[in-house]
Amino acid sequence: MNILFLMIPIALLLGFIFVLGFIWAVNDGQMDDLETPAIRILNDDLIDKKLHRKEFK
Amino acid sequence: MTSERAATDTISYDDEIVKKFTLATIIWGIAALVFGLIAAIQLAYWPMNLNLEWITFGRLRPLHTNAAIFAFAGNAIFAGIYYSLQRLLKARLFSDTLSAIHFWGWQFIILCAAITLPLGYTQSKEYAELEWPIDIMITLIWVVFAINFFMTMKRRREKHLYVGIWFYIATIITVAVLHIVNSIEIPVTLMKSLPVWGGVQDALVQWWYGHNAVAFFLTTPFLGLMYYFVPKAANRPIYSYRLSIIHFWSLVFIYIWAGPHHLLYTSLPEWAQTLGMIFSVMLWMPSWGGMINGLMTLKGAYKQLIQDPIIKFFVGALTFYGMSTFEGPLLSIKSVSALGHYTDWIVGHVHSGTLGWNGMFIMGMMLWMVPKLWKTELYSKKLAENTFWISLTGVLFYYVSMTVAGITQGLMLNGIDKAGHLMYPDFIETVTQIIPLYWVRAIGGTLYLIGYLMFVYNIFKTIQSAPKAIVDEKIIVTYTGWSEKYTDGHRKMEGMGFLFSIMAFLAIAVGSIIEIYPTLSIQKYINPSQTTNPYTPLEIAGRGIYISEGCYLCHSQQIRPIPADVLRYGKPSTIEDSMWDHPFQWGSKRTGPDLSRLGKKYPDMWHFQHMIDPRTVTPNSIMPNYPWLLTKNTDFLTLRKEFSVLKNLGVPYDENTVANADIIAQKQATELSASLVSQGAPTGLDKKQIIALIAYLQALGQKEKINTEGVK
Repeated sequence: MNILFLMIPIALLLGFIFVLGFIWAVNDGQMDDLETPAIRILNDDLIDKKLHRKEFK
Repeated sequence: MTSERAATDTISYDDEIVKKFTLATIIWGIAALVFGLIAAIQLAYWPMNLNLEWITFGRLRPLHTNAAIFAFAGNAIFAGIYYSLQRLLKARLFSDTLSAIHFWGWQFIILCAAITLPLGYTQSKEYAELEWPIDIMITLIWVVFAINFFMTMKRRREKHLYVGIWFYIATIITVAVLHIVNSIEIPVTLMKSLPVWGGVQDALVQWWYGHNAVAFFLTTPFLGLMYYFVPKAANRPIYSYRLSIIHFWSLVFIYIWAGPHHLLYTSLPEWAQTLGMIFSVMLWMPSWGGMINGLMTLKGAYKQLIQDPIIKFFVGALTFYGMSTFEGPLLSIKSVSALGHYTDWIVGHVHSGTLGWNGMFIMGMMLWMVPKLWKTELYSKKLAENTFWISLTGVLFYYVSMTVAGITQGLMLNGIDKAGHLMYPDFIETVTQIIPLYWVRAIGGTLYLIGYLMFVYNIFKTIQSAPKAIVDEKIIVTYTGWSEKYTDGHRKMEGMGFLFSIMAFLAIAVGSIIEIYPTLSIQKYINPSQTTNPYTPLEIAGRGIYISEGCYLCHSQQIRPIPADVLRYGKPSTIEDSMWDHPFQWGSKRTGPDLSRLGKKYPDMWHFQHMIDPRTVTPNSIMPNYPWLLTKNTDFLTLRKEFSVLKNLGVPYDENTVANADIIAQKQATELSASLVSQGAPTGLDKKQIIALIAYLQALGQKEKINTEGVK
């Protein structure tokens, strides 16, 4: 059962990584707007019909 | 600079790779279902193995599970992630080369699995059966996937990470950790390895992995896909974005702790079992967050549910997700587990998740995505509609029959009369009782397969109707959400930082394992006065055959401390019983009886006859015949290598045993076969597998008493 000395730290480390991710997300403003992201994904991409290789500047 | 950030780019998405993964999903799906159906029929009618060792249940079952999880669901995950990721991030996939390596590498792994599993090369760890060279390939391909994913993230134009992407990230990180930890094994030969973990430790690592394979391979990626494809298909925003965030974070923190619910009433210390049980019950809440969010997205648009078969598939999938994530916590409660564990109830539960949730979701996703990828219309909506109803009927037949079978058999096995005797002392009575239900299950599987083939035909005809030359569409994408401080330099740092932190984390995890491992070989929970002797060389050789034939898939080696188990099989299993077992063989299903204390219960000759034709000693048995054990030779040559690995892992063998393992084994084999000959068996079996296997079976549960030569 000494395996727990490995598994509990790994589980905690994983949890810690997710906490860091969470803190990053909050600080980065990822969760500031909880309305528009849900709607934004519904917009279809704008297909460029006339310009195929021309760069936009 | 800032004004340019708001400018647009013209790009094209890499849909070729999505198409490849889509086709692979569809093809492997047929294989997974066909293998499953053959296995299902074998349980009702054992000769369905056609007397071929390669497709006998013990070898077919891992082939079925691996095909379903890693080939069918795996390719679907990659297809769906690569499709949605590009569109959510407004960026083309990082590297076409990495995408190609990812695709062909993964198909090669599947091919290796499809060859090695029928040949009996297995580590016997469920959903992690593949041998070490394939394990290494899986790791490498997963890293390729991770680099491709995170570098695409780095190049994103949409700054906000949609909730689905969080689910993908959790999947990539956690699967990597789980796979690495559960695959720490020492190679013996090219196609054989032993896990460094033994007995209870191996059991805990395996079910920590096993449960999370379900969690992070069949749940989180699919939830991520659900958050993209359900709103897109319904053209409605997700019901509550807030709920999606809450349920994501609670899910990832709770899921990883639930593994021990697979080991309730085993010799795992009780506090660990209780911990797993509590976290499993807690999981109910975040799981239902996802289901509610998906289903409520259609609130007020139920007309779509009536008209659109794709929405039907998604609603069906989410409903099964809700059902199985309710049933899971229920089965994790110890008193329920006492009835349901080791029975077909678990098989029913799992298939309501895989056929219901994963299978229906994949069909819905593909029916929506394929016309978009091939720039055409779906061939037949009516056919898709019929596919849904037939598949649904199939799942229901499967689920109901297996739940009834499991509860029936559980009640029979646990039944004790007033005098304190087992009501059904013969295990076989409980099996013959549920054989009709095995047939019903096979009908359910057939219906699902028919539905799936209709789906394949629909997809095939859709692709056929595609315009001949499909040009990659040029898409105008806009930078969104980036503030002024993000110059190119900063952005580069951010993406790289993310990738680096993941890589660093994996490196640290692997490093710590190597570092910590030596301290782990001391087993604190062992009672020194109850330690057992390890197996003799011949018994180890027999154990290899037991593993290779997949015996553990139908026979457990773990007696629970509940009255019926003790009355039926003997005193409860202890940690010491399996302390030298690399890998552990506790099992997870009892299609046949537990074998922990089988040794010396029957004469050698009984086993001999039983392996040739089980029905000569147990009428009505559904176990297949194993005639090839009489013709195939035992591999004595690798025993020395295996014993030196075992000794290094801490199993107390002396130098002499390691150095002469093959000679000692052959000596015992000669004695055993001579004794069998005297009881009427044919001569010349010394080197045959049957002898080694009988030696192992006769040693089960006997290790406290026997003192074998060469063992301290």
